[in-house]
Amino acid sequence: MSATREIISSGNELAAIASVDAGCMFFAGYPLTPSSEIMHVVSDLLPKIGGAAIQMEDEIAGVAAAIGAGMSGVRTLTATSGPGISLKAENLGLAQMCEVPLVVINVMRGGPSTGLPTRVSQGDVAQAKNPSHGDYKSITLCAGNLAECYTETVRAFNLADRFMQPVFVLLDETLGHMHAKAEIPTAEAVKEAIVPRKTFTGPAEEYLPYGVEQDQPAVLNPMFTGYRYHYTGLHHDASGFPTEEIETCRKLIDRLFIKVEKFQDEIELNEEYMVDDADILIIGYGSASLAIKEAINILRKEGIKVGMFRPITLWPSPETRMHELGQKFDKVLSVELNQGQYLEEVQRSMGRLDIAKLTKTNGRPFSPSDIIEKVKEL
Amino acid sequence: MAFNYDNYLRVNKMPTLWCWGCGDGIILKSFIRAVEKIGWKKDDVCIVSGIGCSGRFSSYVDFNTVHTTHGRTIAFATGIKLANPDKHVVCVAGDGDGLAIGGNHTIHGCRRNIDMTMILINNFIYGLTNSQTSPTTPQGMWTVSQKAGNIDPTFDACELAIAAGASFVGRETVNSPKKMEKLMLQAMEHKGFSFLDIQSNCHINLGRKNKMQSAMQNLDWIDSITVSKKKYDAMSPEEQLNLFPTGILKQDTEVREYCDMYDDIKKVHQGKRAKITQDDFAKKI
Repeated sequence: MSATREIISSGNELAAIASVDAGCMFFAGYPLTPSSEIMHVVSDLLPKIGGAAIQMEDEIAGVAAAIGAGMSGVRTLTATSGPGISLKAENLGLAQMCEVPLVVINVMRGGPSTGLPTRVSQGDVAQAKNPSHGDYKSITLCAGNLAECYTETVRAFNLADRFMQPVFVLLDETLGHMHAKAEIPTAEAVKEAIVPRKTFTGPAEEYLPYGVEQDQPAVLNPMFTGYRYHYTGLHHDASGFPTEEIETCRKLIDRLFIKVEKFQDEIELNEEYMVDDADILIIGYGSASLAIKEAINILRKEGIKVGMFRPITLWPSPETRMHELGQKFDKVLSVELNQGQYLEEVQRSMGRLDIAKLTKTNGRPFSPSDIIEKVKEL
Repeated sequence: MAFNYDNYLRVNKMPTLWCWGCGDGIILKSFIRAVEKIGWKKDDVCIVSGIGCSGRFSSYVDFNTVHTTHGRTIAFATGIKLANPDKHVVCVAGDGDGLAIGGNHTIHGCRRNIDMTMILINNFIYGLTNSQTSPTTPQGMWTVSQKAGNIDPTFDACELAIAAGASFVGRETVNSPKKMEKLMLQAMEHKGFSFLDIQSNCHINLGRKNKMQSAMQNLDWIDSITVSKKKYDAMSPEEQLNLFPTGILKQDTEVREYCDMYDDIKKVHQGKRAKITQDDFAKKI
């Protein structure tokens, strides 16, 4: 994606435009602050290109209709915020089990419950790892600036088709409603880079949608094309039909993990900001990273060398790189707009508990001074 | 020559998981005969089912099939249909599935009038999970969750569908497979949302504790609570009280179908027609 363009827009609008540029042809959802602008924009853009956007009767129906369209073979989107993810959770589990590609944008707001509908938080990071019951391996991307609201949404669509499962894009209220200039790839560049999902082209009687190698995702042909198969949320065999056969059940759930874990290098994306010569390491992500960067710039002028490690792919986590950094830095500070949801992952990856934390759950974004003050206490 | 069901069945999935004497097999066969009559190509049909005994319906028929979560058939089907408006979508759900946990989707499926058929297999009980009360369980019957007798008022699925705006509403029972086949055919031919309340027996988990231990006893009970719409309409309210009318209960061919209307949305955004206004609709409020 070399060719770029400049656009003045908001994070929500950029995510919507990115979806259409990435080949999305279907949206279903339900109004939920602070994500609703995504629905507003795709409701205009999709019918224009022959696609469809529908406001359903509730969040559950929103994700169900989106998964239905995804089952039929089209690139599909739903968007919401934390309360909506809570409602969508069961059907997201079905999409994991059936291996249906789908992009789910969560513009995070304060929680739990109704929380702070128009204020920022990063409170859904843990939810994004395991929104539904059962075992599966989530893929969750987290935009850290306006341009990434676009690029991470595009990446999510391609990863969804590559790994055949829902992919989360986490925005937050700050990014979703931030309106500014962003440099993003041209639509043509995005279209050229689309890799559609794999399909089976052999005779229908030989088609086994789930009969794949143990490290591969299902190969789900579009519906209505002569390959009549079965989707079920029950444990299923290679043909897609329910089974309780012990070895088949074990292999199915194992595969949902292996297909992601083995190819983590295709999914993982991080930013390292002034890490090389730093004495102190901050780990932060999403819109919080904007304040962290500014704090680092100010602290460095005062002679305090601080760097930032920013996971852009939150799940699966960059555990190997975080482990390395944990060996290198004595002083590590985790900064996030929740009570420390990712901190636990940092601690696990680094194999140590002495990670300082700066958290905030009052609905307000970090200011650089919050971070500067905390760094000076270390 | 006998009708060849095998052409539409996944024969290697037989026998079904349904109990001996279950009415669901009669519904399955009636549906297959109706599909044969309407002449849909198997590749062009998608069957969406929910959770419960009826949920297994989709796995037995040789179409594109989706076994979804509890209650959400219509929501999944709406996505499939709107993304593929020229294909045929049929939902199969149970009474708990479509009226309790999925009641909201039933209401809005009817209201939206998207072209699909909802076959509600109504056996008056949660059969698969051993006899819990469903929205259609008659008051006073025994259920495992209300052993003292069910006090929950009973739902009339068709009245709900009519009130919610379904453009085709009908009811038949497993006692009349031929009439059921005809009703299914008419429902599937109808352009818009068609809702069918298909009453079936569950002598195992409804009948066993309610003096209908055999399939025949349960079927006799269904017979005793149903009457043709023509006869029903001629009755007094007192006579109607404990009866369900069967046949086509509503058919409105004037109301526009959702995908058809969505084409207008596409045209507006493509600059091919003026914006949709209230003038486009006879009903203004």
